[in-house]
Amino acid sequence: MGQKKIKSVSYAKYGYLFSLPFVIAFLVFTAYPIFYTAVIGFTDLKGMGKTDFKFLPNPFQNFEQVLKNPSFKQALYNTTVIWTINFIPQLLLALLLTAWFTNERQKIKGQGAFKVLFYMPNIITAATIAILFSSLFGYPKGPVNDLAMMLGFTDEPIQFLRDKWTARGIISFIQFWMWYGQTMIVFIAGVLGINPALFEAAEIDGANSRQIFFHITLPGLRTIMLYTLVTSLIGGMQMFDIPKLFLNGGPDNATLTVSVFIYNQAFSGSYLYNRAAAASMILFVIIAILSGILFYILRDKDAAQLRKEMRQYRRAQRAARRAEA
Amino acid sequence: MKHGSRVGSRIALILKYIVCIFLAILSIFPFWIMVMNSTRSTPEIQQSSLALLPSTHLLDNFKVYEGKSFNPLIGFKNSIIISAGATILGIYFSALTAYALVAYQWRLRQPFFTFIMAVLMIPAQVSGIGFYQFMYRIGWTNSFFPLILPAIAAPAMVFFMRQYLLGALSIDIVNSARIDGASEFYTFNRIVLPIMKPALATQAIFAFVGNWNNLFMPMILLTDKNYYTMPIMVSLLRGDIYKTEFGAIYLGLTLTVLPLFIVYFTLSKYIIAGVALGGVKE
Repeated sequence: MGQKKIKSVSYAKYGYLFSLPFVIAFLVFTAYPIFYTAVIGFTDLKGMGKTDFKFLPNPFQNFEQVLKNPSFKQALYNTTVIWTINFIPQLLLALLLTAWFTNERQKIKGQGAFKVLFYMPNIITAATIAILFSSLFGYPKGPVNDLAMMLGFTDEPIQFLRDKWTARGIISFIQFWMWYGQTMIVFIAGVLGINPALFEAAEIDGANSRQIFFHITLPGLRTIMLYTLVTSLIGGMQMFDIPKLFLNGGPDNATLTVSVFIYNQAFSGSYLYNRAAAASMILFVIIAILSGILFYILRDKDAAQLRKEMRQYRRAQRAARRAEA
Repeated sequence: MKHGSRVGSRIALILKYIVCIFLAILSIFPFWIMVMNSTRSTPEIQQSSLALLPSTHLLDNFKVYEGKSFNPLIGFKNSIIISAGATILGIYFSALTAYALVAYQWRLRQPFFTFIMAVLMIPAQVSGIGFYQFMYRIGWTNSFFPLILPAIAAPAMVFFMRQYLLGALSIDIVNSARIDGASEFYTFNRIVLPIMKPALATQAIFAFVGNWNNLFMPMILLTDKNYYTMPIMVSLLRGDIYKTEFGAIYLGLTLTVLPLFIVYFTLSKYIIAGVALGGVKE
């Protein structure tokens, strides 16, 4: 270890050099735009094609107005509700399928094909899926209506997309349908990462499949489940393509999400860039908090522990030296 | 008793297959309806929009696009340029950054990695307004640069590639290249990149698909029809001019999905493996 360090000391400058493109691109295309967005949030910048702005006498005016805006509150509510309705069944189904697919005693054939099909909706353009589903739920003629009438669920075609909760439900369903396959594959990979000796020991002790699942598989997946929860929540906060193109936030703002709100404020109607920027910053704070949690989950536990010990060791050394002197 | 439990487990297995087959059908069915309806005429669809077999009006549906803004060829071309450009830049510079993080000892290495972890999930929506204003000022709206160049800084990709390199790179190979007199940059391009091939391939697939599907940024930046990407073209199908052209709507959707289906079913093995890898953070 020590020798390697001495050897590579002279190469340290390449570490900086090779990171430079990343750093420059990040500063220009991410950091500066975020800063710029934050600044715009305190100004009067609005109107199509405008770029010059003045700071407002009350710098927090936009933030106050956004937080008081009923549409924004509705958007926060919708985003949370749509995410929750999608995530709970997604988690449960993914866990159920994981239990089935990793059950050694009762193997399911064709797992590879099932995985490929379950994951498939995830790679299809969300914009396409949104418009496809709005066509499928068409009124008075649409495949879903035709199916419902063929199976005798209803005599009259149903106007699915006029009802608030049906509209939210369909968006939640689309999200669920697009993501449960991914969640399942990640969970299965997680199970394969659990020490096989644990399963063998349980087997020898005569545990049944259910006991193995609840006492070994599930606890072993805890970190991965937490990771999935947080990434899904962060992803859910950004939900844009589907609510935007499915019903453009309607009916009556029932599917308006925070991202759609930001887009509509800035790029339609009166082009309120400042209001949209303030809303972006509020979203940023929410995502930053969630990312903080994710960061905590992902942190290299061993490395963090090692660094802590090294610090303590050095402190002890210094203390010893001082004592000697 | 024993016999009963065997029958029970038989039933359980059948139930599992039924659920899995149902879910598989649920994945395919919407797309099946879409493809079938893309070959059917509007009167046919109005009569029954649920058909399991194709009809003969594919070309008629194509003709609907004549003189309208939905142009799948232009969308396809633009999406290819953006996705390919962003993918190449993304994987190359992410690999380079990951190499800097793994192969060299430098003072800011750990803080830099911590920083990358911290910005792992900043979405475009958060910087979108400032980004648009910035690009508008320098005249880069209706240009592909703002959709390609930011790929140089892809924190999630760097994170993934670092994890891969930690396991795959032996410092001895790098050292022996040094002894042979290879420059650091040459070593990276000729020795390290080939080692990273599996990671590059996986990340390339996801980057390409991600860029191909991206709607938010292109929708903000591109207002000229000649620059529209595939997802923006798709969004036009919601417009009023296609309201009664059901066949043409389904055909448009099919055209946008077709390239993805081809990519997905040829590379599905690697994609599924890549998804599994992405979730296991170890």
